[in-house]
Amino acid sequence: MAFGAFANTGPDLSAAAPRRRSYIALILLLPGVIYLLATFVAPLVSLVLTSFKEPGGDFEVGEYVYAFRWENYAEAIGRFGEIFLRTFGYSGLATIFALLIAYPLAYFIGVTLRRFPLWQSLTLILVIAPFFISFLLRTLALKAIFADEGVVVSTLQAVGILGPEQYLNGTAFTVVLGLTYNYIPFMTLPIYASLERLDLRYVEAGGDLYAGPAQRFWRIILPLSLPGVVSGMLLTFIPASGDYVNASKEFLGSTSTVMAGNVINELFFQSFYPLSAAVSILLMVAILIPVVAYVAKSGSEDLL
Amino acid sequence: MAGSFDESGADLELVGVTKRFPGFTAIENLNLTIPAGSFFALLGPSGCGKTTTLRLVAGLEEPTAGRILIGGKDVTSSKPHQRPVNTVFQSYALFPHMTVLANVAFGLKRRGMANAQELAHEALRLVELDHLASRRPVQLSGGQQQRVALARAVVNRPALLLLDEPLGALDLKLRRQMQLELKSIQSEVGLTFLHVTHDQEEAMTMADTVAVMNKGRIEQMGAPEELYELPRTTFVANFLGQSNLFIGDVVEAGADAITVDIAGLGIKVPRERAQRHAGEVTIGVRPEKITLLTKAPEAKAGSNVLGPGVVTDVSFTGVSTQYLVQIPGLPVITVFAQNMAFGPLVELGAEVWVSWAVEHGFGLADEPGPEPKFAADDDTKTIAVQRRQRLEDELDEA
Repeated sequence: MAFGAFANTGPDLSAAAPRRRSYIALILLLPGVIYLLATFVAPLVSLVLTSFKEPGGDFEVGEYVYAFRWENYAEAIGRFGEIFLRTFGYSGLATIFALLIAYPLAYFIGVTLRRFPLWQSLTLILVIAPFFISFLLRTLALKAIFADEGVVVSTLQAVGILGPEQYLNGTAFTVVLGLTYNYIPFMTLPIYASLERLDLRYVEAGGDLYAGPAQRFWRIILPLSLPGVVSGMLLTFIPASGDYVNASKEFLGSTSTVMAGNVINELFFQSFYPLSAAVSILLMVAILIPVVAYVAKSGSEDLL
Repeated sequence: MAGSFDESGADLELVGVTKRFPGFTAIENLNLTIPAGSFFALLGPSGCGKTTTLRLVAGLEEPTAGRILIGGKDVTSSKPHQRPVNTVFQSYALFPHMTVLANVAFGLKRRGMANAQELAHEALRLVELDHLASRRPVQLSGGQQQRVALARAVVNRPALLLLDEPLGALDLKLRRQMQLELKSIQSEVGLTFLHVTHDQEEAMTMADTVAVMNKGRIEQMGAPEELYELPRTTFVANFLGQSNLFIGDVVEAGADAITVDIAGLGIKVPRERAQRHAGEVTIGVRPEKITLLTKAPEAKAGSNVLGPGVVTDVSFTGVSTQYLVQIPGLPVITVFAQNMAFGPLVELGAEVWVSWAVEHGFGLADEPGPEPKFAADDDTKTIAVQRRQRLEDELDEA
């Protein structure tokens, strides 16, 4: 049921369609299967094999041979355990903030603007408008906005929120803010898709049955849009956990905000391939566990 | 209101209610009083404003003008969740993410009733669905969903229960059964029911009082028999059952009856059953009140005779047979005759006379227009109303 999280709201009527063995469907599936084998399964196997490699005989940098050196994993956990925790802390916070910002936005577009299709399309374009500018440029722009000599920092220093020697860039604040900002569209669109098809007659019925505005939201609107919320949270949390741009020194982070993605990136470019691969796999497994638990829980209970 | 039930049903009073939507008026200066404990039906074609009336009472729409009182309390500006009213929606609107039991207990819990679960089970027993309490609404048939929707509304013991064509989606047999069930539930719990429907038979079977609505106004209101036997307007005469209507000038206005000139014959209508007593009037008689005669009858006091005419159509409908009789100079006359014997009374093409007792005739209040005698609903407003209704129906289905 894991992929049910990405499905839209409402009962699935197609389930009633007659089941017929069709080879055409399998043939049409073939390009996708080949694509996944070549770009996902093969690299994954290679990654697992690499993660157990050990240095080659002549001890040249970047020379490794196939082996079963599980100590790579012990080293990864020992050296980067704290960074893993920070990674999930940052991406978890970014997911929550993105949800708090995206839900009202999606509600406004999907429900309030429902009677004005033109405005609905325009606002949706605005939601994805950031994608028209490169991800790197946007993040650099954020860095410029929060620059040490910039208006924001000097204003905050002037009113005393920041001390004279305190800055924003390179702190957890800017990293989480950057992650939140960059993933808001991924949160907004699935929630919008759920809310857009929300049958408002349920909300009317709730009002008729003595539910006030807050009750209508918690008991009717939110549960009915849960599939979108689950998809949006996954689409934000998973890539944010692997993100290596926002937290890097060149962008919004510093040495004290390093995330798992930055570690992988650095180890790779320093040619520590097995260790880099081990960190990657650990990150993948660490993401997979909470995600599977989350989807299984929401899938069994309230996802329609 | 929280935590307890209302003692009994309450009066509903609409005072001068008007509702305008951009571009058209759905309800025009509607005044209506529904006494506590009654089963009241609003009957009318689609677009007549009956659903809007219901939504105004439920608080889902706000009136442009006028006041709405429930049990003497002005609720015009209160929100739906603050009104002692529950609705059985046309679409049922059962919450798909909750079990049947949770659906029924929803309103009770919002009102903070301590024994919500027990009361919900009790309501489900009333509609004989307690064994399905843990199912989701999608796992139920249409009729079962309808009953859950009813239980969900009735369980709150609202002062006023609104029914928005709740039986529309059911097949005929189930609909009959539900009509009887609804009626018995109503008398059992003693609530005030306001039922909106376009099905005249449904309105007549279930309601104590029927109000026939047309173009945002109430045309006529009364007990079903009264409405049927003595319609006051052309619309009511034709919408509620069928009528044979004739237009003619009053030639004599006696103390007991008026005589109207129809195709050269004097047709009598009791004075107290005629709304107008002078000038050009529309009179009518119900098809089942007419007798077919194969010989010219003797002129007799107390009965009207038209003819001779020709039977142009005979159709067998089971209980009765419908005959169409064409008399020169008159609209086609419909006659229903009970099938007391096998086979039709008269054959197609036979020469017949039609006759009915004077006391069965009625005279309508409408000003008979020039031509056409029964104006088509093609003025801009009606078209706008119908367009909107169609659009809404489409949206509802989507």
